[in-house]
Amino acid sequence: MTHETPSRRGALKCLAYGSAGTAFALSGGVFTTFDLAEGAVPKHATPLFVQVSDSHIGFAKDANPDVAGTFRNAIDLVNAIPKRPAFVMHTGDITHLSKPEEFDTAAEIMKGLRVAEIHTVPGEHDTIDTTGQGYFERYGAASGGKGYYSFDSGGVHFVALVNVLNFKPGGLGGLGADQLTWLEADLAGRSASQPIVVFAHMPLWTIYAPWGWGTGDSDQAMSYLRRFGSVTVLNGHIHQIVQKVEGNITFHTARATAYPQPVAGMADGPGPLKVPSDQLAAMLGVTSVTAVRHARAIALDDRTLASA
Amino acid sequence: MTFSCSARALRAAMMAGLVATALSSGAAFAQDATVKIKSFMFMPMAVTIHAGETVTWTNMDEEPHTVTSNTGLFRSGGIDGGGTYSFKFAKPGVYKYSCSIHPQMIGTITVQ
Repeated sequence: MTHETPSRRGALKCLAYGSAGTAFALSGGVFTTFDLAEGAVPKHATPLFVQVSDSHIGFAKDANPDVAGTFRNAIDLVNAIPKRPAFVMHTGDITHLSKPEEFDTAAEIMKGLRVAEIHTVPGEHDTIDTTGQGYFERYGAASGGKGYYSFDSGGVHFVALVNVLNFKPGGLGGLGADQLTWLEADLAGRSASQPIVVFAHMPLWTIYAPWGWGTGDSDQAMSYLRRFGSVTVLNGHIHQIVQKVEGNITFHTARATAYPQPVAGMADGPGPLKVPSDQLAAMLGVTSVTAVRHARAIALDDRTLASA
Repeated sequence: MTFSCSARALRAAMMAGLVATALSSGAAFAQDATVKIKSFMFMPMAVTIHAGETVTWTNMDEEPHTVTSNTGLFRSGGIDGGGTYSFKFAKPGVYKYSCSIHPQMIGTITVQ
């Protein structure tokens, strides 16, 4: 009889690059953090993919008058990773106001990425007209116009979700019944040992409801994901790193490439956070994710009551 | 006795003052009302106008917002910081709306 346990070899490492970047290594559901400056990034690790988020092309206020410039800097950062990732995922708010010229500028800048594939999910700033026409004209083909889709790469199953088109007034982001039905079917029958990575723009867990930092029906999505041994949920939207581990599910939000936002509840609202210009670069960045394929040593330490 | 009378008079005066304040701030029977969008809130959240009058929203945040009717009757699109949007309400009714980018932001226009 085969006994299938959630796979530890499929655990994912998240490395967040920034000028003051912190790297996150996920090993069996436990985060360890270390600074990139320490040079502790394993040399054998090839990034599976890199996440960029919240480029907000079109924004030109004090918090960052040159979002195109910092988006280019982020792309330079991706291109400088020694081993080329299979793809880049942009987790939304590509543009600031969904204007055609903003989408055009963003597309032009993203052409500089030296990767084979670019994937996207929309942010609410990309669908301000509520239909998301501008976004879907450019990025809808991958999903047949639905916006949500899945694919496999490097043995990992990737799921890209849309939680910015089912807003309920006064509430949080939403996935909606159709997408949840699709997600359940997409995951059904997959081996529990296959690592799963889920993308969506808004956090798929409630970070701070008064600012809308959450997804109202995300619990339903998580109920389909809990049986898997390694699930990594990557979001953007809040322009800062917040993370938690719940069972086998790791939640992580990315820095923006445009401007930082305040810590939850620490301002009147989640608007752009102005910081001294020499501190801005340290608050912007991208996230690189590496699959750990080698066997990990597991230390077991049994103690009796008498050994205390 | 004198004390009791004057206390009652004081209470009556206070009540009258409260009612006056409520009338002047709450109902706002202004023609062509204005709503400020500031710190991710519609202010005031509830506005009452007469049929045929216009409401103008002004976004005072650096973040774009929208004024989006729950029923689809009116939809501003993105209002960038400093921008405005106006809508003329022809018929009486209660019109709820939110910001489609920040759905925690809600407001109501009551047209009499």
